[in-house]
Amino acid sequence: MSLHARLVVERPAFRLDLELDVAPGEIVALLGPNGAGKTTALRALAGLAPLAADGFIELDGQAVHRRPAEQRPVGMVFQDYLLFPHLSALDNVAFGPRCRGSGKAEARRLAAELLARVGLADLAKVRPGELSGGQAQRVALARALAVQPRLLLLDEPLAALDAHTRLEVRSGLRRHLEGFDGATVLVTHDPLDAMVLADRLVVIERGRVVQEGPPAEVAARPRTDYVARLVGLNLYRGTAAAGRVKVGELLFSTSEPLDGPAFVAFSPAAVALYRSRPDGSPRNLWQARIEGVERHGDNVRVHLTGPVTAFADVTPAAVAELDLTTGREVWVSVKAAETHAYPA
Amino acid sequence: MTGRGDGPEGEPQGPAEGEPARAAHVPGEREPNRAVRVSGRSVKVSGRAPWVLVVPAVAGLVFLVLPLVGLVVRAPWSTLPSRLAEPHVLEALRLSLVTATAATVICLLLGVPLAWLLARAEFPGRRIARALVTVPLVLPPVVGGVALLLVLGRRGLVGQWLESTFGVSLPFTTAGVIVAEAFVAMPFLVISVEGALRAADRRYEEAAATLGASRWTAFRRVTLPLVMPGVLAGAVLCWARALGEFGATITFAGNFPGTTRTMPLAVYLALETEPEAAIVLSLVLLAVSVLILASLRDRWTGAATG
Repeated sequence: MSLHARLVVERPAFRLDLELDVAPGEIVALLGPNGAGKTTALRALAGLAPLAADGFIELDGQAVHRRPAEQRPVGMVFQDYLLFPHLSALDNVAFGPRCRGSGKAEARRLAAELLARVGLADLAKVRPGELSGGQAQRVALARALAVQPRLLLLDEPLAALDAHTRLEVRSGLRRHLEGFDGATVLVTHDPLDAMVLADRLVVIERGRVVQEGPPAEVAARPRTDYVARLVGLNLYRGTAAAGRVKVGELLFSTSEPLDGPAFVAFSPAAVALYRSRPDGSPRNLWQARIEGVERHGDNVRVHLTGPVTAFADVTPAAVAELDLTTGREVWVSVKAAETHAYPA
Repeated sequence: MTGRGDGPEGEPQGPAEGEPARAAHVPGEREPNRAVRVSGRSVKVSGRAPWVLVVPAVAGLVFLVLPLVGLVVRAPWSTLPSRLAEPHVLEALRLSLVTATAATVICLLLGVPLAWLLARAEFPGRRIARALVTVPLVLPPVVGGVALLLVLGRRGLVGQWLESTFGVSLPFTTAGVIVAEAFVAMPFLVISVEGALRAADRRYEEAAATLGASRWTAFRRVTLPLVMPGVLAGAVLCWARALGEFGATITFAGNFPGTTRTMPLAVYLALETEPEAAIVLSLVLLAVSVLILASLRDRWTGAATG
């Protein structure tokens, strides 16, 4: 392991406690709602937030948590980059090497090389105020990498960008991160950023890890309501027995053989709505009331209450045909083949 | 402070001039109170300012400007060059400039770290320390002079020791003038720099720390450049205050030509014997102040916007 840590930070009315292991070259995304402790975790790793007595941080087998921030082999890209406004892009990148003992010429040579690597060789003399958001982000990345860190931290690296440049910057960032052989931890509240950038997701809620795994697995098998909302799935917790999962009074058929506590997840697109009770199996079928209707991409998302709350994505044509308005009672069914169950 | 920022901001609006008819007509008729932008300058069309505010405001302006006008009007312009060239005038001017500059340097060396301590460090009694720093600001300068005498005078608490150990005596010397001026002027610098430090984003210091900068390096290479406009503003205020210092100087350092008779002291003295000379000296002080303010204003507003 490149990074092996237990991050414990105590604040009034808040306690962060999570274990984090990152392999060399691996990119881990800390994902979570606002106030979950993501940024606090990052600050603890960087040495900017004090770690409680039972926490520790090991980098390449060396304990670093007793060292002050300036003596840790850690590079950090801050949310709004915090490029020093009075220094040129080149001097911003050369700042770290200078502080860590390189001569002026040597530091500048290294800085120029890093700027070239992120494609900004011709903007070396420009002050941060004249850089675009995407350019500033790349300078910040080059600056963090210039100290040759063993651990790279990125705090919401794309949050300061508008949606238009975000797409381009995101793929560029992924490419640059792949060239880094140390451990990378990035914080985001955007599931798409996390999925694209990270090899592994660690979802934090209220200071604790609630789920972790490869992005595809987290997306397919959410374990909390927050994760389910992020990846856009309906999620229920129930009890499985004999090819069925019982959620309250409802029964869901599943293809997976399961026993005991289980999750059921399905996409809003797998939900069909009817004005009257459809024929066939009573499984995966219930009656609900429409609580709200809103546009969702090309489709319409219907919010349903009843024995369970659920989202259904239907076409605008279906909305018109079935007259799906708030307050109306409808029958809800989910195709068994699109219902996934897994152990809770 | 934003005087310079307006320039570049106005430029991009140039091209919009091509279609003023559409821009100004339609919404302008519906909303007569709206600010209409005409080639980069904003012309605010709004109700008239209330006279309850305007009358005292104008009176205040007149009150502030009239004495200066009087000074300029009554100045003996014909004999001005010869009076200026008089040795005792030049001497007083030189002494004033030297002592005020030296006092400002001392204030910078001691005041900037003090401001940093008050703004950044956590220590018991910080609030009290902060209050104490501002005391010389409200203290009558004469009282400051008396206090300095009691501490640094020949028989003072510290002065006694200074004299017996180093053979140094401050009262009634040029060094004493500098001490008196620094004592009175330092709060201006400290308050200005402390305000700038508090307003500065501390996360830049954190960014510097993650890049390997010690707190001293972060202060020197990041914080100080960021708060430089505040430091310059404070230094100018401090210098101006030192240049005009009278009460503490005359109490602590006396009034000896060539060593402690600064311009303000010379003005006061001349007023009793030859009023015209007093006017000339005052005019010089006024000119110097205006000159320094004008020359530094550009630099510090430039730094503030850049």
